[in-house]
Amino acid sequence: MRVVVQNAPFDLGAEAAGFAAGCTTSGAIVTFTGIVRDVAGGLETMEIEHYPGMTEAALTGIAKEAVTRWSLEDALVIHRHGALAPHEMIMMVATAAPHRKDAFEAAEFLMDYLKSRAPFWKREVTAEGADWVAAKDTDEEALKRW
Amino acid sequence: MDVLYFAWLRERIGLPRETVSSEAATVMELVEELRAREDRYAAAFADVSALRVAVDQELAEFGAPLVGVRENAFIPHMTGG
Repeated sequence: MRVVVQNAPFDLGAEAAGFAAGCTTSGAIVTFTGIVRDVAGGLETMEIEHYPGMTEAALTGIAKEAVTRWSLEDALVIHRHGALAPHEMIMMVATAAPHRKDAFEAAEFLMDYLKSRAPFWKREVTAEGADWVAAKDTDEEALKRW
Repeated sequence: MDVLYFAWLRERIGLPRETVSSEAATVMELVEELRAREDRYAAAFADVSALRVAVDQELAEFGAPLVGVRENAFIPHMTGG
């Protein structure tokens, strides 16, 4: 299991290949990648603030929970912070399990939990100014599924 | 105890962290003490339902005890992913 919090970009292909190469018993690997999206138009940068120390601890706790619940062979979480441009990759998760259902579910669980339980905050900067992205009620609702 | 503020809360209060000497027994008592300090704190903590708290880097309730706590962080609802 690996959890990485970094400012630098990551290489999705290399990370996915490396993750797959380390797995020897799984029949299914799922990867998810989050991209900076220009929702309203005019986004210059997406700034991501986090809480160093707690972020790594929270992500590790969530990943451990996923590994235990879905008997994963391995799990990977990479999440960036700092100023990101539209279309840049923000984060990725990868899960490896014997069958695809567990790999997909575990990846969704990781995404649902890290969205509202890992201390990251997004701020959208446009020519008009900057605004913190508000959490959605549906983010909290999504956790009830698990 | 170190008190930390993140995101819009950090901006409203105007600093990321400060050392606070407090007799507060719970997080909510600490909030009350901070609110009473200055208008910017009162405004920032006007609606605690918009906030969460992490005690020694773990999410906690506002009723959580502060005995022996070294780091108390007030954080807006998270928006990762």
